[in-house]
Amino acid sequence: MGKVIVVTSGKGGVGKTTSSAALGAALAQRGEKVAVVDFDVGLRNLDLVMGAERRVVYDLVNVIQGEAKLPQALIRDKRLETLFLLPASQTRDKDALTPEGVERVMGELKRYFDWIICDSPAGIERGATLAMRHADMAVVVTNPEVSSVRDSDRIIGLLDAKTLKAERGERMEKHLLLTRYDANRAERGDMLKVDDVLEILSIPLIGIIPESMDVLRASNIGAPVTLADARSTPALAYFDAARRLSGEVLPITIPGEKRGIFGKIFGRKAA
Amino acid sequence: MTKVLTDARSIRIKGRSFLAVVLSPDLPFDDWLVRLDDLAARSAGFFLGRPVVLDVADLPIDRTQLKELLGEFAQRNVSIMGIEGARPSILAQGMPPALKGGKPVSDEAVAKEPIIELRNSQSKPVAAEVRPASQSIIIREPVRSGQSVIFPEGDVTVIGSVASGAEIIAGGSVHIYGTLRGRAMAGSVGNASARIFCRKLEAELLAIDGVYKMAEDMPPGLRGQPVQLWLEGDTIMAETLI
Ligand SMILES: Nc1ncnc2c1ncn2[C@@H]1O[C@H](COP(=O)(O)OP(=O)(O)O)[C@@H](O)[C@H]1O
Ligand SMILES: [Mg+2]
Repeated sequence: MGKVIVVTSGKGGVGKTTSSAALGAALAQRGEKVAVVDFDVGLRNLDLVMGAERRVVYDLVNVIQGEAKLPQALIRDKRLETLFLLPASQTRDKDALTPEGVERVMGELKRYFDWIICDSPAGIERGATLAMRHADMAVVVTNPEVSSVRDSDRIIGLLDAKTLKAERGERMEKHLLLTRYDANRAERGDMLKVDDVLEILSIPLIGIIPESMDVLRASNIGAPVTLADARSTPALAYFDAARRLSGEVLPITIPGEKRGIFGKIFGRKAA
Repeated sequence: MTKVLTDARSIRIKGRSFLAVVLSPDLPFDDWLVRLDDLAARSAGFFLGRPVVLDVADLPIDRTQLKELLGEFAQRNVSIMGIEGARPSILAQGMPPALKGGKPVSDEAVAKEPIIELRNSQSKPVAAEVRPASQSIIIREPVRSGQSVIFPEGDVTVIGSVASGAEIIAGGSVHIYGTLRGRAMAGSVGNASARIFCRKLEAELLAIDGVYKMAEDMPPGLRGQPVQLWLEGDTIMAETLI
């Protein structure tokens, strides 16, 4: 049975879609079968970031409403044969997602894939709660600024309350992915410190992705950054994050700082 | 299309208790409203989506004045769900319904209805009914933004932090073994001996027995410190803990 990961944040524009594609491609490059699912019905983006926009025939809503079978809607990546995309509908709205439909699709995906990565829409409404509903673990994408941190905190509360795992009394595994980290702004003190974000959110960190032109270049050519430029700093950070997701323990470095913060982070008691 | 009502199920009526904020204005209203705006400005969203009860007991006002006051609330998007302590002669059609003491005699379950009173230090002391607060609950994880822990029966202990935008409302004392960034209200059903303790004070709002204080009202030396707060008369006192 595959593992379901929700990539979520509360706030928009923090890097959920970028991260869903990058992590999906990173996991798929290790030969694991990955499906990346776009839950942002009405504002789909993942197809663009993965360079599949011209190959969308059917989408998640079609599968949910029984207008297409799952294999008809899944798009195989041109470069990686173990990477698939289940696009969102651009013409419908989030009400087209039904809890029963999402449950059926998730159950089916879990049979075929090792990893199912759900790219959540922003907000805390239906789309976001359905994206997290079936997750086994969550990647909480946060930028080092106050409003993003507070929204992430709110989302963590929902992960512990509104998911199937939570309702069964189990613990949702939550991981913090700090994105768009700008070493220059950090130096000037214009951003929250990594330590402060960790203290507020108190969930384990799986990576710090630097703010980088490489991410924009990758999305312009329609490829996840871990495929477009696998040696770039954001790609390397995403590769490490993917390894941590599958349980490896690796030291984490703050971009722009030489010193690892391994000891500090693992010395902290995570909730 | 006509719908035939074949359903013979009876209507179910249930009692349910809600936590309401009670506002007890004093005269002159202009001054009181300034203080209310001050509170609302510094604690954004405080009244949003919250049931608010207006307590006008002992206020020598007439119908026109009450109407004006309700208008002031409407302008501020504070929706009043009921009016308590109003003489029938000052109520009129279109006003929120009259409420009695928050404890309808007909329903046992509702009788325990917790009520938070939002007063400030200038207001007359209300003879609060002191209930023994002997029970306690322990929350073993951080309280996240948007979450409320409401425990009118007694003390609340949190092993972890209380986030900005989260709130703890206890009938007894509040103990936070972590950073208090959100709101904490102790003694919320009338208990002047309740206290608030936290390992690190960054709170948005603190209240004991209805007397409230914003973090900005605190001496800056308390920020970021381990602090305990208690009530002396109508004043919240605070000191750092070692
Ligand atoms: N690490 C990064 N460096 C630079 N730009 C980034 C980075 N991560 C995301 N972006 C850009 O930020 C914008 C929002 O990212 P996106 O992944 O769509 O966020 P979300 O899905 O959370 O709304 C996009 O233009 C994206 O290219
Ligand atoms: Mg997105």
